Amino acid sequence: MTETLEAEAPAVATARPPQEMDLLRLATAGSVDDGKSTLIGRLLYDTKSIFEDQLLALEGATRRRGEDGINLALLTDGLRAEREQKITIDVAYRYFATPRRKFIIADTPGHVQYTRNMVTGASTAELAIVLVDARRGVLTQSRRHGFIASLLRIPHVVVAVNKMDLVDFREEVYAAIVEEYTDFAEKLGIKDLTFIPISALQGDNVVHRSERMPWYDGATLLHHLEHVNVGADRNLVDFRFPVQHVIRPHQDFRGFAGRVASGTVAPGEEVVVLPSGIRTRIRAVETADGPLPEAAEGDSVVLTVEDEVDIGRGDMIVRSMNLPTVATRFDAMMCWMADEPLDPGTPYVIQHTSRTARAFVTRIVYRMDVDTLHREEADRLGLNDIGRVEVSTSVPVFYDAYQLNRATGSFILVDPYSNATVAAGMIRGPVQTADELFGPAQPAQEAAPAPVSPGVTWEGWNVPRAEREARNGHGAAVVWLTGLSGAGKTTIARAVERRLFAQGCQTMLLDGDQLRHGLNGDLGFSPEDRAENVRRAGEVARLFFEAGAIVLCTFVSPYAGDRARVRALLPEGAFLEVHVDAPLEELRRRDPKGLYAGSASGAVAGLTGVAAPYEAPESPELRIDTSAVEVEEAVAQVLARLRAAGVLRP
Amino acid sequence: MLSSSPAGAAVLAEPRAPAPPAEAPPRHRRSHLDQLESEAIHVMREVAAQFERAVLLFSGGKDSIVMVRLAQKAFWPGRFPFPLLHVDTGHNFPETLEYRDWLVREAGAELVVRSVQDSIDRGRCVDETGPRASRNALQTVTLLDALAELKVDAAFGGGRRDEEKARAKERFFSHRDALGQWEPRNQRPELWSLYNGRKNPGEHFRVFPLSNWTEMDVWQYIARERIPIPSLYFSHRREVFRRDGQWLARSPWITLLPGESFEERTVRFRTVGDATCTGAVESDAASVEDIILEIAAARVTERGTRADDQRSEAAMEDRKRQGYF
Ligand SMILES: Nc1nc2c(ncn2[C@@H]2O[C@H](COP(=O)(O)OP(=O)(O)O)[C@@H](O)[C@H]2O)c(=O)[nH]1
Repeated sequence: MTETLEAEAPAVATARPPQEMDLLRLATAGSVDDGKSTLIGRLLYDTKSIFEDQLLALEGATRRRGEDGINLALLTDGLRAEREQKITIDVAYRYFATPRRKFIIADTPGHVQYTRNMVTGASTAELAIVLVDARRGVLTQSRRHGFIASLLRIPHVVVAVNKMDLVDFREEVYAAIVEEYTDFAEKLGIKDLTFIPISALQGDNVVHRSERMPWYDGATLLHHLEHVNVGADRNLVDFRFPVQHVIRPHQDFRGFAGRVASGTVAPGEEVVVLPSGIRTRIRAVETADGPLPEAAEGDSVVLTVEDEVDIGRGDMIVRSMNLPTVATRFDAMMCWMADEPLDPGTPYVIQHTSRTARAFVTRIVYRMDVDTLHREEADRLGLNDIGRVEVSTSVPVFYDAYQLNRATGSFILVDPYSNATVAAGMIRGPVQTADELFGPAQPAQEAAPAPVSPGVTWEGWNVPRAEREARNGHGAAVVWLTGLSGAGKTTIARAVERRLFAQGCQTMLLDGDQLRHGLNGDLGFSPEDRAENVRRAGEVARLFFEAGAIVLCTFVSPYAGDRARVRALLPEGAFLEVHVDAPLEELRRRDPKGLYAGSASGAVAGLTGVAAPYEAPESPELRIDTSAVEVEEAVAQVLARLRAAGVLRP
Repeated sequence: MLSSSPAGAAVLAEPRAPAPPAEAPPRHRRSHLDQLESEAIHVMREVAAQFERAVLLFSGGKDSIVMVRLAQKAFWPGRFPFPLLHVDTGHNFPETLEYRDWLVREAGAELVVRSVQDSIDRGRCVDETGPRASRNALQTVTLLDALAELKVDAAFGGGRRDEEKARAKERFFSHRDALGQWEPRNQRPELWSLYNGRKNPGEHFRVFPLSNWTEMDVWQYIARERIPIPSLYFSHRREVFRRDGQWLARSPWITLLPGESFEERTVRFRTVGDATCTGAVESDAASVEDIILEIAAARVTERGTRADDQRSEAAMEDRKRQGYF
């Protein structure tokens, strides 16, 4: 009968809460045969984290190899098998705990794919163990591991000098390695570097103190892992809260769910919502276990605010006196992770905090040789390459330098076709180039909130576009008319501009031919020059756009990639691509500038659509076939599109 | 009396237990359970934001019970925006079904049940026969059919990376192709806490919020949160018989082999699954605290410990992956 009772009423757990333990995430790095598997096996074994069945299996596997006892390296032999079969090798995660602390080990195999794997494992690690074989000393790989640890900003690095038993536990061997690696690490700016002489195989200084190295008076590896100050490097200053999800169970509750990316938050604090720039106050920091007086970095909570504010996924709540950078361009270090090399023409998808956007890698500044740490010029990044790049995004991202904030300084790129994660990036800061025509590039400021308080400073445009738009009574936009010569781009654009101007709109028309007489007078018609022509036109269009104008641009702009780059300069929805199209026979017949005749006779070279390719837009905002509609109708279509986009009032 | 106190909502409404006064941790220190909880909640919310039709695979076992608690927390004060999907082998302990129905009521959750018996009746698969017949393998057919039928694009599973070697590399977001299969080359590196859930139509993801939890973490969390669990997990008297080194429970679907016979023993279950093949262990553990101690002791401390210790067999069983769950 006890049975029935229990079935109706599930038993209540009665145990006291477990002892307070904290958590350390670490990554291990070592070249093949440095003893990484043995070390992990030793840690698990000596901390009694191995279950009996595993141990029996281990004994069996050891016996089958004709060895005695247990071979600890075989605990992780899943990876070994893969290595032999040459199939994808991945980061494997292993777990053990002591009464003080739970440990998550990201075990990154040391072979050719090393960089990608170590970057992945290092991205969440607070401590890295770099193995050095005492007999071989500091190798190129040991430096590479240190470099990646520093690139990913792992705050604590332990160099485990392994196989001390094979060098008779001699202090000089150890001391030489310490000296050499210390010199190297200084250049990398590794903050906390610790050396420990060990024998993973025999257990010296791993969990138990070695009696064979009396000259060493430091901690054992496990003691160090248990006592290293975790969280000392958490950013508890800069409050950043990327909104993940809106929780609205009923009319009276509207909460913004997310994980505090950095800093702390408490009720009553004044905050700003990005990108809208709206200010409000935190009403409560809610959890299912009740409201909190304060939440800190890493906590998953629900924030409610005092005012009725429109906030959604991808927005970021920050403190009004401490803002991240808001920009559509930035400078970053990036690790390429896909077989297909980086293609600067491809629109990738960027995931940054809870925000997703289209992104281009607009420039590869250099590639880093991870072994020599030399910088080399590069026009591509391949699998496992690390390089410095410039990225532009279709909508602004809210970032901090990775150095200051791992959560808001990191991003991944996704290939929109294969959906694969192709790159991991660490933001350095604003783009810094002096070679652009208009001087140092301005980070786009479209999302900058209006400077409503003297305490808030935004670099960039003095009068924000939103204010100009408010005064103009219409939105700003770039209408980009692309198409072959003679298709009717200029005719339509001129008529549209006249109509807008008559309505009191602020307008500007940028014409390809006109620009080629002045600003772009130095450019020809090679693919590079055409690309540069369009790039400059795009930048100029953006300036007028920021001034609040409806900018009409008529450029043949034959390459989809060039047009996409202009699109990426502008906020989502502000770029309207209009494909002005007509059959080639019709264009030949019209031939207003005699270009088609010239091309036929050989007097004009490389005419687009005839002797040079034209990549028609796949999904333009509007397509006009001028062999089928009159100018008036075409104008009406463009105006309708502007109304639909909210640029003009209905 | 018991039935009135344990209620998901009641426990949830209570304030966070204050930290022990002795050696009070600094204000911003977080325990391992706090961090694991925040991580799992983050993953669950990410799924709600990136996918349209998620389900939570509910087996009635401790891992899926913990997931329900985390889902309640993640979307509090709302209800979690996905149903529970129970793939029913038909070979249930009655306690499991009663617990399931109780939990669904308490959580105000939606429950979808798809049964292996239906799949068999519709000719999608064939029941195994003989005294050792099990429906473990058949569950996969029912599961994949259900995911297709419900157009599921993300299915939460309770899988943990510590369960076995092969799982150590599993992602939080694990991609499945249009046939429901796991293709190593389509698995994406997971960096920081950025989860890439992009996919083509027809594909789906298995999502494992408990990836970084160990069996011990799960029990410690159950203890900390005072989560009610099915009585099967606690020691009780039961009619069992010995087969393949395990204690199996008497149930309507069991046929004894020659030499086997039922006897009553004090046992408990370490996993809750198909009643025909879930082994019990002899145990006196009557509370979660006892269970935690028992699991801690089940760890091997020296090579001398022998394999015929029934606890260790259960440990092995516990870590065995059951089909796609
Ligand atoms: N003598 C000695 N051998 C070791 C030590 N650590 C590892 N080894 C041996 O070095 C070889 C490679 O070790 P393994 O752990 O497989 O290296 P991994 O490739 O880095 O995982 C094995 O034969 C180990 O037994 C050590 O501290 N001393």
